[in-house]
Amino acid sequence: MVLEVLEGGLLTTVQDLGRHGYEGYGVPVAGAMDAFALQAANALVGNDLGEAGLELTVIGPRLRATEGCLLGLAGADLGCVLDGQPLAPWRSYWLPAGATLSFGGPRSGCRTYLAVAGGVDLPLVLGSRSTYLRGGFGGYKGRALRAGDVLALSAPAGRRLASPSAARFLALTYGDEPVVRVLLGPQADRFTAAGMATFLDSTYEVSGDSDRMGSRLKGPRIEHTRGPDVISDGIALGSVQVPGDGQPIVMLADRQTTGGYTKIATVIDADIQLLAQCLPGASRVRFQAVDLDEAVRLRGAQAAQLTLLAGPRAYNLYDVAPADGECLPGGQE
Amino acid sequence: MYPEPRYLDAGEAALMVEFADEISPQANALVHWLAATLRLQPVPGLGVPVPAYSSLLVQYDPLRLGRDRLRRHLQIILARPDAGTALARPTRLRQIPAAFGGEYGPDLAAVAALKGLDEAELVRQLCEVIFTVYMVGFLPGFPYLGTLPESLAVPRLTEPRLTVPQGSVAIAGRQAGIYPFTSPGGWQLLGRTPYQMFDPHRDPPAYLAPGDGVRFLPVAMAEYEGLAKDQPWC
Repeated sequence: MVLEVLEGGLLTTVQDLGRHGYEGYGVPVAGAMDAFALQAANALVGNDLGEAGLELTVIGPRLRATEGCLLGLAGADLGCVLDGQPLAPWRSYWLPAGATLSFGGPRSGCRTYLAVAGGVDLPLVLGSRSTYLRGGFGGYKGRALRAGDVLALSAPAGRRLASPSAARFLALTYGDEPVVRVLLGPQADRFTAAGMATFLDSTYEVSGDSDRMGSRLKGPRIEHTRGPDVISDGIALGSVQVPGDGQPIVMLADRQTTGGYTKIATVIDADIQLLAQCLPGASRVRFQAVDLDEAVRLRGAQAAQLTLLAGPRAYNLYDVAPADGECLPGGQE
Repeated sequence: MYPEPRYLDAGEAALMVEFADEISPQANALVHWLAATLRLQPVPGLGVPVPAYSSLLVQYDPLRLGRDRLRRHLQIILARPDAGTALARPTRLRQIPAAFGGEYGPDLAAVAALKGLDEAELVRQLCEVIFTVYMVGFLPGFPYLGTLPESLAVPRLTEPRLTVPQGSVAIAGRQAGIYPFTSPGGWQLLGRTPYQMFDPHRDPPAYLAPGDGVRFLPVAMAEYEGLAKDQPWC
């Protein structure tokens, strides 16, 4: 069973929750820009939350399924249409055999996630199916999808399914001017009091050259105490780097693993999705400092929402049945 | 080196342990010693640490492991009398063949002239250095190698090249590096190795790991092509 790509869209890639564990070898984590939306899409079709799905950017692809399959859609509203009928995100849908899925253009947000029950059938590279575009590996041949590609799907695992509208309590609409919460540091002491005030009190434009590596912001210049350089160190997700021009860059999924610019703050995990959904060239952001306890509390709340959506797996008969190769009671070795 | 390491929050899921505000072999040895110790003695909720020159980014899941508990754990480990000693010397020496000069090393002549050496003498001195991989970053598999003697130190190019060929052996400041892919770059190119620095279909995917020793072996252009197949990955 396959998904045929009739048109690739602007940037459609296969992503899961990223390639963790190889950062020490300089391998970027990659993975879904909005990990929350990908996990919600997976929950809606009964997949493991970290299953690989498609990340659609601004202009979605045109896709056709050879056989009927269950789709989960979450994230931005990119004007999804199934054979002429509009489909809202944060729901699951049945895609009949031969039906065509297309996208009219962005209404709210920038990236949406499409999960298919069973997931895409692609090999793991370094433990992940995420596409790392610059390195040209992972996902579908290490690149974005284009017309003529054929994406094989895995058979659904028969997990318990959430009801089609189970995610409506999560349904997020993304504003054009989100407030993004940050934890100050690790190098907050490398900025003057005025520089820190500029960062926290100004509105920054998300520039058109933002990409999966980072959100490049334009606005009032942030002042350093003694230059923008540090001895190269590790870069966490959401790090807000400030190079010599005083314009912040928020490091996102495809960020390099190490870098030598001062980092004024780090976007908390729960708000990474807000940046991932900012339309480059059209959105503006403001930053607000929170403390560690608040960041952890918000992270926990978001994790709890996904756990709730994924449902009580223990009641699923499929989950307690022995896996292939295991001994059944009274069976043979 | 700081008298005591600094612990800095890098978001709610990573703690930066910083040992120095400079590039020093002692700080780097501590970085790799701590990374190795955490891998051998993991605690629940601990993620993969990211080593750099003089700091270690310790990733963790704050829903399973609190920041203060993690910091205490790190402090206890670092208080051990053997901290930083076991990996002070390289654990593995990689000998990397490279052809120097000509089309493979377009900056060799200029660097030799700058240093008042002839090309052969510069190559001889470079190949005498036993480098240490301080960290791997910038690109997948790109090793930051230290340390060149001050007599061989050079500035970066004023105009970075748009295209540096894969395998280029380059120097900048007192560091050396090897470009794993064809990419832009501003370091001075002295030679090129047929060895592959990165292969995503191997595990580990990088030829060099932090802490490795590295020595360049000069080879003639004629031998160059045949050497790639002899690359020992283990």
